[in-house]
Amino acid sequence: MSAASGAGGDTLAEKGWLASHKWLILRRISQIIILALFLAGPLAGLWIVKGNLAYSLTLNTLPLSDPYVLLQSLLAGHIPEKMALIGVAIMLAFYFLVGGRVYCSWVCPVNPVTDAAAWLRSRLGIKGGAHISRKLRYWVLAMTLVLAAGTGTIAWELINPVSMLHRGLIFGIGMTWTIVLAVFLLDLFVSANAWCGHVCPVGAFYSLLGKWSPLRVSAAQREACNDCMDCYAVCPEPQVIKPALKGAKQGIGPVILSPNCTNCGRCIDVCSKDVFHFGLRSAK
Amino acid sequence: MNDTNSKTPGARQPARRQFLIDMAKTVCTVGLMGTGLGLYAKQAKALPPLAIRPPGALPEADFQGACIRCGLCVRDCPYNILELAKPEHNVATGTPYFVARNLPCEMCEDIPCIKACPTGALDHGLTDINKSKMGLAVLIDHETCLNFLGLRCDVCYRVCPVIDKAITLETIHNVRTGKHTMFLPTVHSDHCTGCGKCEKSCVLEEAAIKILPAKLAKGKLGEHYRLGWDEKTKAGKSLVAPEIEHEYTLPEGYKYEQGRGLIPGSSGESVAPGTQPGFPKALQGDKL
Repeated sequence: MSAASGAGGDTLAEKGWLASHKWLILRRISQIIILALFLAGPLAGLWIVKGNLAYSLTLNTLPLSDPYVLLQSLLAGHIPEKMALIGVAIMLAFYFLVGGRVYCSWVCPVNPVTDAAAWLRSRLGIKGGAHISRKLRYWVLAMTLVLAAGTGTIAWELINPVSMLHRGLIFGIGMTWTIVLAVFLLDLFVSANAWCGHVCPVGAFYSLLGKWSPLRVSAAQREACNDCMDCYAVCPEPQVIKPALKGAKQGIGPVILSPNCTNCGRCIDVCSKDVFHFGLRSAK
Repeated sequence: MNDTNSKTPGARQPARRQFLIDMAKTVCTVGLMGTGLGLYAKQAKALPPLAIRPPGALPEADFQGACIRCGLCVRDCPYNILELAKPEHNVATGTPYFVARNLPCEMCEDIPCIKACPTGALDHGLTDINKSKMGLAVLIDHETCLNFLGLRCDVCYRVCPVIDKAITLETIHNVRTGKHTMFLPTVHSDHCTGCGKCEKSCVLEEAAIKILPAKLAKGKLGEHYRLGWDEKTKAGKSLVAPEIEHEYTLPEGYKYEQGRGLIPGSSGESVAPGTQPGFPKALQGDKL
């Protein structure tokens, strides 16, 4: 039995721990580095990056802003100034290229929380739970945009666990931990991957942003698949795998095209048959 | 459930029914969430009176559509005065504010917080910190203010960065002692920036002078209201009636001048013959 999870046991035995966790490790490193850059200022006085994920200024020159927050601001009736607009253009271009939900798996501070819940859920063998539609997030997304326009405020930011956690880590967490705990418990007991996979409008927004992005995970060696189901078990959005992995007969290409794939690469790690790898959308 | 599962032509019913139920569930959930959040957002627009936005902040309703809660204003404030609201604070989560009684605005001439704001939630058009309107100082408690008690405190007046314009000391006779003057700190809204230094420095346990949102602090005359003296200045003459010189009843040999009082040794206005000096005219003769 693998210590990491029930899935990937074969891979662990064959490839060893490091190789079977490669993308996971890189992803954690990415999350840690990004957070460390933000924290270096307030904790060590090393001001490389100022601000938070909503908007940041790197080395006092490079602005990066969250397009979802800016969109809400725009709908609330405010036209942001130059710096925010430059920042949003850079962010849009970046996530359009690498896949919107790369934000979710490689950047978002809530990801380690929900990953921990998913891991614990599998360790404790918690099955089932409430049925929540995966489309719910798009409804929530629409609701937040309507609300921004209706109230003239960036209403979602009053309760958004993603920005609250990131802001809390950098500017003082206060009672934000209760919100984070709520997300953790939701994922642990109510439904698997409940927050990121079903509710979070930030993820929904980024999925739309990355709908046509060229960087994709592809089940290129899908004929080698031995139906061990490990990839489904580790994937936070398992519904995205099937068309690519099993679509040969229907003429569906091996590239995972669903915009909800977070490009986390766990399926690549966990597959003992090396079915998956990162590639381009156009790859056959 | 039994009848819908039977092998009748309606065999596809359950799927459709499930779809409709799922749909209704989603829409209701999101609708309720949206309603709750909408009400919360509406309530969050009411900033608590003692929470003050950084200089140049747009009016509260606009501010919450413009501030993306990045905290750059907090970072660039050289005195670490600003804080981003935590969920347990009574201020819209993540937005910057300060409480003057803890730390007032230091009124930097280059206003770094405004410069740092990427969206314009802090208005970049404000370049003179002395024109900022973060709130308005109000000498809210006349009963404990030491100056109102006849003592000389004046601390709020002396720390005011816009001294003698935003706060002046107005003198008034101390009726209690009968021989002293009271120096009453008086705020002038056209010059007060709402920095909060007066509130911070008030020596009382609870400040007698506080920074309040202008909306709370200011009264407003009705649109129809006209001030006679203003109208008179505008028109160049009294509008109600021809002005009548006020007549004083004076002791003989005295003259009265506004401000100077009784001036002896001049004939002054003619005193009616046969009247007693020092007696009001009305009480003399056959008026009674």
